[in-house]
Amino acid sequence: MNFALTAKQEMLQNLYREFADNEVAPLAAEIDETGEFPSETVRKMAELGILGLPFPKEYGGAGADTLSYAMAVEELSRVCASTGVIVSAHVSLGANPIYQFGTPEQKEKYLIPLCKGEKLGAFGLTEPNAGTDASNQQTIAVLNGDNYILNGSKIFITNGGKADTYIVMAATDPSKGLKGISAFIVEANIPGFTCGPKENKMGIRASSTTELIFQDCLVPKENLLGREGEGFKIAMQTLDGGRIGIAAQALGIAQGALEESIKYSKERQQFKKPIGAFQAIQWMIADMATEVEAARLLVYRAAWLKDNKKPFGQASAMAKLYAAEVAMKTTTKAVQVHGGYGYMKDYKVERFMRDAKITEIYEGTSEVQRMVIASTVLK
Amino acid sequence: MKIVVCVKQVPDTNDVKIDPKTGTLIRDGVPSIINPDDKNAIEEALVLKKEKGAVVTVLCMGPPQADFALREALGMGADEAILLSDRAFAGADTWATSYALSMAIKKVGDYDLIFCGRQAIDGDTAQVGPELAEIMDIPQVTYVRKIVSIDNKTAVVERAMEDGYEVIEVKMPAVLTAVKELNVPRYPTASGIVDAFDVKEVKLWTAADIQADPERLGLKGSYTQVKRTFAPPVKGAGKMLEGSVKEKALSLVQELKVKHVW
Repeated sequence: MNFALTAKQEMLQNLYREFADNEVAPLAAEIDETGEFPSETVRKMAELGILGLPFPKEYGGAGADTLSYAMAVEELSRVCASTGVIVSAHVSLGANPIYQFGTPEQKEKYLIPLCKGEKLGAFGLTEPNAGTDASNQQTIAVLNGDNYILNGSKIFITNGGKADTYIVMAATDPSKGLKGISAFIVEANIPGFTCGPKENKMGIRASSTTELIFQDCLVPKENLLGREGEGFKIAMQTLDGGRIGIAAQALGIAQGALEESIKYSKERQQFKKPIGAFQAIQWMIADMATEVEAARLLVYRAAWLKDNKKPFGQASAMAKLYAAEVAMKTTTKAVQVHGGYGYMKDYKVERFMRDAKITEIYEGTSEVQRMVIASTVLK
Repeated sequence: MKIVVCVKQVPDTNDVKIDPKTGTLIRDGVPSIINPDDKNAIEEALVLKKEKGAVVTVLCMGPPQADFALREALGMGADEAILLSDRAFAGADTWATSYALSMAIKKVGDYDLIFCGRQAIDGDTAQVGPELAEIMDIPQVTYVRKIVSIDNKTAVVERAMEDGYEVIEVKMPAVLTAVKELNVPRYPTASGIVDAFDVKEVKLWTAADIQADPERLGLKGSYTQVKRTFAPPVKGAGKMLEGSVKEKALSLVQELKVKHVW
């Protein structure tokens, strides 16, 4: 058993840290306030190869491993969770299903520009009446000659309105239930496809979250991803990988909150001492540090399992569940360490606490993660 | 055009603490980085790679772990990397270091330009670049803040001065040393880092490989020796005076009187 990063992973981690501190952190408070999507940051990340990290060079990727990708989301989220989820949704949900299930032609046409960061990716599964019950798809796709005609809508889609390439689930045969769902690659500019206005969210406010609306939207037949009826399987496998990304995002938020708390507890003086000299603060910091480290081990292990081609569904659910809960606990404690100042927007922990909450909800709520874990443990 | 960039791996002095007892740097747990001025030299070489099709070789003398610094340079886009590492180099001062580097550069051969950083943040001597040029008997320009024009025969560069700059035309091959005003070093790319480990290689050269005279290497070849290192005594906290110019002048006089300076 070896807990050390390789020199290559360490150098990539240095790159992410330097980039996050120099290019991402200075914008984080402002784009949280305005809700402006950080397009310039996305362009810079494309140049550095961050948008194609875990994909082979032949597709324009960086050829790094899943762990190196998870560390990128972690380091970005440590300073800006919005930037972290833009990368996670693009890589894990937009590009990965095409890499895993796409035909050579689909990879050529869609995966390469996604890996190079020329195009941005997104994924649409959730509907108004299909949240945790994702099988209840009411978006319908009907084959008509050379096209599928899509009708319906998706909600809460990360990178909505900003993405160029969407992976969309729709029922091709509602009578078959789970086996009647198919996955499609939908280009942003095709007729009949529009995005709703940007949602006004509690946290990750600079990530663009919108509705996707399909009205007699014509998707070319060759954009069916996998075979008809494989959509639900594709979606579930995609989410297994996506959970590593969101777990890494939660881990990064928690790490950011911990670092701010350590800094503040050394600076802030009360009773003529830094507050870190008081046991009340020490215990909070000790618990935060321990839980963040435990979350990191779970997240890195899930990534390691994926890299080593071992089953990772249970591990990624555990990592996502635990890291998300640690993010929520740690950011709440971080605000407590900061006292009244922590409640003010002048301090980063206020944003971290709002950003943390979503990690317990999206890509499967904590309750869904427990269902996934229980189903594997009790089988 | 062939460019050799000499780099040094140094402790990140932002993180360095000094042992109060011995006065030496505490290097444990301190991350090592490419010396900042050397990064400017790498960057400029990479700009010339793009503009003039230059081939960029990065050269570093140091312990085996300096491999990491060279891989980072490869990740930024350098073509080749050479690590000069041998027990025989240990204890070298700037002169013995420059000699070893000069022998390595001779082995590289066919160079048009040698680029160094102005000085390293650990020793701050700023001697290796100039000594290298002397040993190799080629022209040098230090404190280069801009390359105005360059080809295989001559380069026109701006040399930073305290109160302005000089424009110097220099015959190639030459040694240039870079200051931070020269450029903003790029980040390595993720894909470049992966290639730096999986595709490219760092060549390891020993004293024998560069056919160096053993008498001129390491401690033996050094004209200078470190007698003692120490941290200068810590200055007391300063005091800022508030108010209008007149008020500040009055309180200054008052302060000086209290301290019997005046």
